[in-house]
Formats: sequence, structure tokens, C-alpha cells
Amino acid sequence: MEKIYTRPKSLKKAVFHYCPGCGHSIVHRLTCEVIDEMNLQERVIGIPPPGCSVFAYHYFDVDMAESAHGRGAAVATGIKRAYPEAIVFTYQGDGDLAAIGTAETIHAANRGERITAIFINNAVYGMTGGQMAPTTLLEQKTTTTPYGRDMKLEGYPIKISEMLALTKGTVYIERTAVNSPANIRKTKKAIRKAFQNQIDDLGFSLVEILSPCPTNWRMTPIEAWQWIDKVMSKEFPLGVIKDITGKQDAD
Amino acid sequence: MAKVLMTGNAAIGEAAIRAGCQCYFGYPITPQNELTEHMATHLSRRKGCSFIQAESEISAINMVYGASLTGARTMTSSSSPGISLKQEGISYLAACELPAVIVNMSRGGPGLGSISAAQSDYFQSTRGGGHGDYRTIVLAPSTVQELADLTHLAFDLADKYLIPVIILGDGMLGQMMEPVEFKHEAPTELPIRSRALRGAKGRSSRIIKTFTSNPAELEEINWSLFRRYQLIKKHETTCETFKTDDARLIVVAFGIAARIAKGAINNARANGLKVGMLRPITLWPFPTEKVQELGKSTKQFLVFEMNMGQMLEDVQLALEGKGEVSFYGRPGGVIPTPSEVSKVISRLYYQKGLKQ
Amino acid sequence: MSTKGRIEIDQELCKGCELCISFCPKHVISQSAKVNAAGYSPASFDGECTGCAICALVCPEVAIEVYRG
Repeated sequence: MEKIYTRPKSLKKAVFHYCPGCGHSIVHRLTCEVIDEMNLQERVIGIPPPGCSVFAYHYFDVDMAESAHGRGAAVATGIKRAYPEAIVFTYQGDGDLAAIGTAETIHAANRGERITAIFINNAVYGMTGGQMAPTTLLEQKTTTTPYGRDMKLEGYPIKISEMLALTKGTVYIERTAVNSPANIRKTKKAIRKAFQNQIDDLGFSLVEILSPCPTNWRMTPIEAWQWIDKVMSKEFPLGVIKDITGKQDAD
Repeated sequence: MAKVLMTGNAAIGEAAIRAGCQCYFGYPITPQNELTEHMATHLSRRKGCSFIQAESEISAINMVYGASLTGARTMTSSSSPGISLKQEGISYLAACELPAVIVNMSRGGPGLGSISAAQSDYFQSTRGGGHGDYRTIVLAPSTVQELADLTHLAFDLADKYLIPVIILGDGMLGQMMEPVEFKHEAPTELPIRSRALRGAKGRSSRIIKTFTSNPAELEEINWSLFRRYQLIKKHETTCETFKTDDARLIVVAFGIAARIAKGAINNARANGLKVGMLRPITLWPFPTEKVQELGKSTKQFLVFEMNMGQMLEDVQLALEGKGEVSFYGRPGGVIPTPSEVSKVISRLYYQKGLKQ
Repeated sequence: MSTKGRIEIDQELCKGCELCISFCPKHVISQSAKVNAAGYSPASFDGECTGCAICALVCPEVAIEVYRG
């Protein structure tokens, strides 16, 4: 028999510190598969956020630097402007990209920075213990919305991807999820396309990935993965939000 | 090369380009906009160089962090309120040992303050300013020529010691026009540091970070930073003395205040008062030893600064009680005149019985 | 005649999330009674595998290697 599935080369062999059923490690693995397949390991510079994935550099075997909370898009901009040969990606959570990092994200997108943003949306602040995120759903209970998110007090879950699509510098935005085999495959395709756009010098690309957080959603892994289908993707519909690259999906 | 007449702000920009600055990221704020504009005009079209007017001072300092990661010489500039915004970014630069040059053309504060020159960012600059135990080298020029020279030096020191360097100017220095000579040509090849993230080609992947879940690891990082700071103190402390040999009263002043004080001291000397001046050029590391040396023969010091008394504390600390320190300050962006300061000097001189 | 396959689940990397169990089309993965060093009950494999690799696709821990042929 032939081995048909194994760990990608650029994913270090380390025990993930993430919770059982968390989406982070799946996205890490998919990104590393893409890096391997596109032969980018020697060119990639990755910027993980503060958050559960602050230790991403323990898993990605590429050059990486930590960033201040929310500033990933600005850091990536500095890297790419100073050294355009690098393939630069940010890996950011919902608070990082769409709360504290809103300005940096919008303006990097608006400038059409040739960077790839991997946006992990799990509708909650994971590492700090489960507080409300900008993408928390209405009526969703979190530690800072113990009675459920109230539109009158806390506003609505923010659709940052749809907002970013309005910036002319953005060439590609797709929302995917990592809660089923089909969605995981689509996520990998989207990540691949987001890197290809950078190589082709087209503009800003972002993949928003709905990702399960069983611990802070107070669900089992299977329940969390199902909740994305049943509830979360009704608020955050999956699919291509913007694509002006004029190309077919990379395969 | 010949001397040219230039504003302080433009001179900083020109010196930075000639020092091999590759990336400038800034944001408009009075009174330093001419510096940002100089970079927009002269840096943005240079080969391999980058200029961005960022969306905020916070974004700009984080772009500096990113560019510095790749080994490039990079710079940002702002004025007092904008420098407050950059503090987190500066802490990260210091923590990760990333060189960068940060120019503060300071103005009156606190709050939105005024657009006039002040020196009230001394504490912010010399005590870290951001969170955590760290220091940045702080250079205090007092002429347009010195703005140019110290800007060039700032890039060299930043790379040598892997530390952010702050150039602490002010609104008056930035706006004044003086002849300046640039002693360096812009390099044809941009300097790139070796400890950098440029893709893991031919080597194992590199991580630049300081976050750790192990306090002992962070403790060692702190000790290691401070060992380096000891080296900087030993080798880079710089100051200038003016007529201190026989002085019975020594004025301590930096930056634009030192220019004003010089005029005042010349007046005082013309009236037979034996007054001199110590002008720190590195505010960090502060010339503690020089103060102590002067304190052996002179017992009266007058700290003169355009704030409520900040460098004052460093002079008091340096003297360790072995001398008397008086203070004269004007905050809020008010520019004192040499004759005003000279009256203060005379009054103090007579009050302390220094005439005979 | 279905393609024969088999999988190997790293017992120490597995965190017992049961996602592979839930998604396996042939239901040949189940939770074992053992407890690993991290305190999880890892998944274990026994039965007719087609080598579809869906388990490996969904496994967050990259704990599964798949063989086919």
C-alpha cells in the first residue's frame, strides 16, 4: 500500500496546543500544504496574532514574527514594501482583524497591498476566555454578553469581509469554513488562490474561515462543527464575496 | 559638499535618505509635516525604497516594525500626541531587538496641547514610554546641522545595538532654517542587516518574538537587554560643555533650550558672572558621570527646560545630593528668551551668594 | 471490489475529538477504551477501509496517516 496522506513538510511535528476539535490546526495544516505544493517555504514570512494562535510559529516551519494585537496588516505591509520578493501572510482572529485591527485591515486592503490575509472567524475571543467578538452572533452568550448579544447594546455581528470587498485594492475575498470534508477542501482552494494572487501581483486577498471553538461555545467538537452549518453560516454565508482576478479556481 | 539652507524637518529627511533609509512610514501632524513631505518627494521614487502615509501613527510604527524585520533601515516621525500612539510599537521593537529611527518633533502638551515647541516628552522618551523594562537611545540635537548629523548617527547606532533610536527635536528646530552640510552621499546599495526575516532559504526558519509562557525566559531576555544597555552607556554617552571650567553656576539644558541658554550665558558672562552650561546630547544614556565630575568643583546647578521639570530629575539623581539644583521651566509651548533666562541666572547667582 | 486501504492513528497526538469517527463513511473508527498521556481517549481503527482519507482531512491533530493500494 502507498501512503497517500501525511503531514505536510512545512508543518513542524509538534503537538498542537489547541483544544480538541479546534479549527486552527486544520487551517495551519491546509496552509502548509499550499506552501509545500506551491514551493513557497523559502519565501514565506508569516505574521500570527496575539490569541490562541500566538504560537503558530511552533507549527509553521517558515520565517515568522509576532505582531502587536490587530496590527498584522500594517506589519505585513512593512515587510512586503521593504522586501517584495517575500510571500507575506497574516493569520488573524476576529478581534485582531475586525476590532482593534479594523483600520489597519481596511487600509492595507484599500492600498491593494500584495499580502494574503487568513482570517479565522470563530465568533468569540478564544484565548482570553470567551468574550464577545465583533463577529459574535445576536443572542449568542459569551462571558461579556452573559445574557446574549443584544443589538441595542452591542450592535450586530460585523461583516468585515463584505466591507473590505468595497475597497478597490481588494481583488479576492472568499468565506469558507473548516467544519466538513467538503468545506475543508474548499478552504484549501481558497487559501491557494489567495497566495497565487500575491505571486501574480494582483492586490489584497483575504480568506475568511468560519472555525469551530468548542470550548468557548460550550459544545462538543461535533456539535461545534454542526453549529457552523446550522447557525453561523446563516449569518456569515459561505462563498466568494469578491473576485476580480478573472481566473478559474486554482486546483 | 556645499552648505545648503534648509528647515530642520527637511534636513532630517535628507540625512535619513543619505544614511540609507529604505522605508519611511508616517502620518501628518504639526509641526513635522515637512519631514513627511520631504520623504514623499525624495524617498518614494528611489529604487527599492518605500514611502507610505499610513492611516494612523499606530499603523506607521507597525509598518516600521515590519520593514525592520526584513533588515531594512526604516524610520517614522511624529510629534508628541502621535508619539504617544507609537509607544506599544516601540516596546515591541525594543523587545524584539529591531533597529528603527523614531523622530519626535515635540510640541506643547499634555492632550492635544499646542503646536509650538516644547520639551515635555523627556520622560516619555527616556523612561521607555511604553510598557515594560526597556530603553531607547535618545538623541537631542540643538541645531539644524546637528539634526542632520544625529539622524545619520541614529541609523548607525540602531543597527549597531539592535535598538530603536529616538531623535528628540521640537517644533522650533523643525521649522527653523539654517545652513547645513551633509557629510554623506546616499548609498547606491541599501544596507541590509543579517539578522532578518527574508524567507528561510538555505537556513532553518527563524522566529522573531518575545512572548513566552515561561517567565524565566522573559526574565533572561530582560537581563540580556539591560546588559546591552550597559554597553551603550559606556560607549555612546555624549554631551557638550560650554564655559564650565571656572563656572560657579552650571546651567543644564538640552535641544532648543540649550540654544537659548547659550545666549543667556553669554549675557551673564559679559556682566562678569561665571556661568557655564552642560548640554546632554544623549538624553539616554544620560551623562551622569559628567554631571558628577562637574559637581566636584561646582555646587550650583540650574536646570532649564521647556517643561515642568523632567531632565531635572536626572540631574538630581546624578548629583546624589552633592550639589544644589534649581529649576526654571516654561511649559505649554512658550519659547523663553535669552534675556529672560539671563535674568533668572543673575537672580540665582546673587541669591546663592556666588558673586565673590 | 473496493480499493483496500488502512489508516494509522497516532495515539499520543489524538485528542479524542471523535470527528473522524463521525465523518468516516465506513464507520470503521471508534473511540478506544485507553487513555493517552494527555488524558484523552484516542480513536482507533478496525475494519474495511477504502482509503478515502476523509478522516485525515478532518483530523485537527494531523494524527492520521492513510495508506491505499
